Amino acid sequence: MTDAAIVSPRLEPGPRGQKPRRKLSRRNIFLYGTLIVVAVYYLLPLYVMVVTSLKGMPEIRLGNIFAPPVEITFEPWVKAWATACTGLNCDGLSRGFWNSVQITVPSVMVSIAIASINGYALANWRFKGADVFFTILIFGAFIPYQVMLYPIVILLREMGLYGSLWGLVVVHTIFGMPILTLLFRNYFTSLPEELFKAARVDGAGFWGIFFKIMLPMSLPIFVVAIILQVTGIWNDFLFGVVYTKPDIYPMTVQLNNIVNSVQGVKEYNVNMAATILTGLVPLIVYFISGKLFVRGIAAGAVKG
Amino acid sequence: MTSVSIKDLCLNFGTVQVLKNLNIDIDEGEFLVLLGPSGCGKSTLLNCIAGLLEVSDGQIFIKGNNVTWEEPKDRGIGMVFQSYALYPQMSVEGNLAFGLKNARVPKDDIARRIANAAEVLQIEPLLKRKPAQLSGGQRQRVAIGRALVRDVDVFLFDEPLSNLDAKLRAELRVEIKRLHHRLKNTMIYVTHDQIEALTLADRIAIMRSGIIQQLASPHEIYNRPVNLYVAGFMGSPGMNFLDGEIDDSGAFTFGGMQIPLDRYPFSTADRPRQAKFGIRPEHVVCGAAADAEPFSAEADIEVVEPMGADTLVWAVLDGREFRFRVDGQSELRSGEKIRVGFDPARASVFDATTELRL
Amino acid sequence: MTTRGRPNRLFYNLSAKIAALPMMFTALVVFLGGTVWTVVYSFTNSKLLPRENFVGLDQYERLWSTSRWIISIENLMIYGVFSLIFSLVIGFSLAALLDQKIRYEDTFRTILLYPFALSFIVTGLVWQWILNPQFGIQGIVRGWGWESFTFDPLYNPDIVMFGLLIAGLWQGTGFIMCLMLAGLRGIDEDIWKAARVDGIPMWKTYLLIIIPMMRPVFITTLVIIAAGIVKLYDLVVAQTSGGPGNASEVPAKYVYDYMFQAQNLGQGFAASTMMLLTVLIVLIPWAYLEFGGKKHD
Repeated sequence: MTDAAIVSPRLEPGPRGQKPRRKLSRRNIFLYGTLIVVAVYYLLPLYVMVVTSLKGMPEIRLGNIFAPPVEITFEPWVKAWATACTGLNCDGLSRGFWNSVQITVPSVMVSIAIASINGYALANWRFKGADVFFTILIFGAFIPYQVMLYPIVILLREMGLYGSLWGLVVVHTIFGMPILTLLFRNYFTSLPEELFKAARVDGAGFWGIFFKIMLPMSLPIFVVAIILQVTGIWNDFLFGVVYTKPDIYPMTVQLNNIVNSVQGVKEYNVNMAATILTGLVPLIVYFISGKLFVRGIAAGAVKG
Repeated sequence: MTSVSIKDLCLNFGTVQVLKNLNIDIDEGEFLVLLGPSGCGKSTLLNCIAGLLEVSDGQIFIKGNNVTWEEPKDRGIGMVFQSYALYPQMSVEGNLAFGLKNARVPKDDIARRIANAAEVLQIEPLLKRKPAQLSGGQRQRVAIGRALVRDVDVFLFDEPLSNLDAKLRAELRVEIKRLHHRLKNTMIYVTHDQIEALTLADRIAIMRSGIIQQLASPHEIYNRPVNLYVAGFMGSPGMNFLDGEIDDSGAFTFGGMQIPLDRYPFSTADRPRQAKFGIRPEHVVCGAAADAEPFSAEADIEVVEPMGADTLVWAVLDGREFRFRVDGQSELRSGEKIRVGFDPARASVFDATTELRL
Repeated sequence: MTTRGRPNRLFYNLSAKIAALPMMFTALVVFLGGTVWTVVYSFTNSKLLPRENFVGLDQYERLWSTSRWIISIENLMIYGVFSLIFSLVIGFSLAALLDQKIRYEDTFRTILLYPFALSFIVTGLVWQWILNPQFGIQGIVRGWGWESFTFDPLYNPDIVMFGLLIAGLWQGTGFIMCLMLAGLRGIDEDIWKAARVDGIPMWKTYLLIIIPMMRPVFITTLVIIAAGIVKLYDLVVAQTSGGPGNASEVPAKYVYDYMFQAQNLGQGFAASTMMLLTVLIVLIPWAYLEFGGKKHD
């Protein structure tokens, strides 16, 4: 008799299955309406940048900034890249671009190499006093850079690196250290400790375990760190201005000098083309990396 | 009198069928346990009854009302969660009162219900505390209290004891049973722990991949499992299964041995050739007593596991693994030979292809 | 080795200590040493080069009697208060909207977060262009026939900080939203179920249960926003250069200008020490709550 209850279809009249609801319920209109308005607001500046950069100056003077270009021209892009002037130099943003590449690549590599080993030492080879240094390091992340600007000038001058590209690499390594060390320390701590113990029992040492056991397991966190550092260093302005000379200014500094130069007629289309060009690298990194970007900034921030 | 009735209930997540055409009638005051491994759909079913998940098809009746489209608060249910789900920034009293205040229950009525629930659950001294200041067991009492004050007909429990340690779990289990005796509400209780199911339930529904395998009393499920799955799932250590055939004389043969089935209460007239014979370790007797049983044979003892009250013996019978349970005081040793026997009347025989009980 | 028993403590874990040398150097020499150095030299009258000519609180007296510094501080307070409030409110609201099991959640999140990948320089320049009175929003609205419409925050000293705020929020709220969303996702789903069974309306659940439960997330976010606000520099340089006049000057810019342009290091040091003090006022109570409190749990 109990088994009989399992079979026998015996629905009664009345509500059944999913509650019918209109697709355009008030809730959905409000929800998606708000989100779409917000999304448009966030996309607008990008749209304005692109549209402006594709117009000629006469069209800009006549039309409004939101209107799509009547006549598409790539002239501003060429000019921004190759011939826009900053002070006496008239070779466009390309110089800044290559400067930024030359600054970013070694900075990312050095800072990540040092921070990953640091994080590993902190996570797996605790030694007395390590926590004190680490605490100071994390506190350092919150101290305004302005406080440390000048001491670092002196430091770089002593090392003979002031005003050079490698000086800036050192600065980025130093200021990237708190967040990267935290990132790696947390990651290595999250790996099973038995793995580390087993490797030690098998006779592997500090470097052996790092290169043979830890590194192969850490690809995701390295990608996160690279995303974090590439965007961070590419977007830096303050350190570029303080620690380099005009001929090796990174792209952001050069962009600002082009756009905010007081001489000559303002060429808004060239300015916007230059702005997009500068924003392009981090944007590409962002759109390719997707969720890892979110993970990177969240991991760095929430636990900080 | 039916309290909760589930009719042709289906739930799909996208193309995945999570619950498949379920039908259950639960009597007024009945304690029903939904039992199964994780992912079998038991918690999903409970969430559907609570109204926390929308069903894809079918109907749910509570106290004769079709509540398929109702909000959880209007269904006349109270629910207790595995993670307690207490509101952390409110005191115990606040937790109990929050839903009632929101439903605009008169103040003195709220006070009376809280006092009553606190008395039943013996949490009066805790009323002013915050959940963080309570132990796991106390928190779960408060969570039960929150369901209690709602003054409802049906209680839903979603693995309420899983976060507690073994000792507390046993204590609270008894308490829930006591509560049921006192309140006489309908209770639906989800668990993956078969001891909880056997001790608490009036009836158990064993679920597997969205289908109810057997819905029956604990006694029935333990002694007369309807299929191989239920037989293997219930009982720890599990039932011994012997692969073999039913021969023309109606006996079960495996290897060189023959088990007479004339005392076995067949429930169907089918006599397929390929069959599986199942006998629980606790239904096996050994030593001299074995020869008094309708079937007995010699087994080699491999491993002896003394567990205090009783001892589990892992032996080999005709080249197959065979477990049986003996008294805790027995002094069997591995390597010895021993006579084992059992009464086929207590066994379960299944069709090897359909896996259904014969 | 084995017969000599335990090796010297200093050499125990030697590789790890060597590996941690860059960290020790950064922590001790740069962060701690640099900070102390700057604070000490803020009591000197260093001009072009640092000199150990101590003049007591002279630099601070001069600092607090400089109108540009007072304006900088006021601007930072205005920007800070509004930025905090709007970031938290907008960030949380957007996170709550995205948490409604909506379709295309990833797309919306990608759109809301992309500005955060851009530098403040890029952000400042775009908004400088959009807020351009002649061609930007004001120009367009006037073009529709509303001739008297005025919206020129970058040219109006009274509201220029709000021009910066619009850009700053555009850049940063997506990030705050992500932090809040992570916080919301971290909340036990059973809490939501319990609230539904109790019949608590959704807005009330957010207000009375979820937000109080997210207190740690809010505090951490607050500290992150606050630390970012104090550093506010690039955006101002790009969008307004401190103008019109010095109506949008901020402390970080004051420090840079005095250190590297006006060759008045002492002023720069004093100003940066004041910035440090501001951060410590936020940071120390937070660290006390966050790390001091944990020991009692």
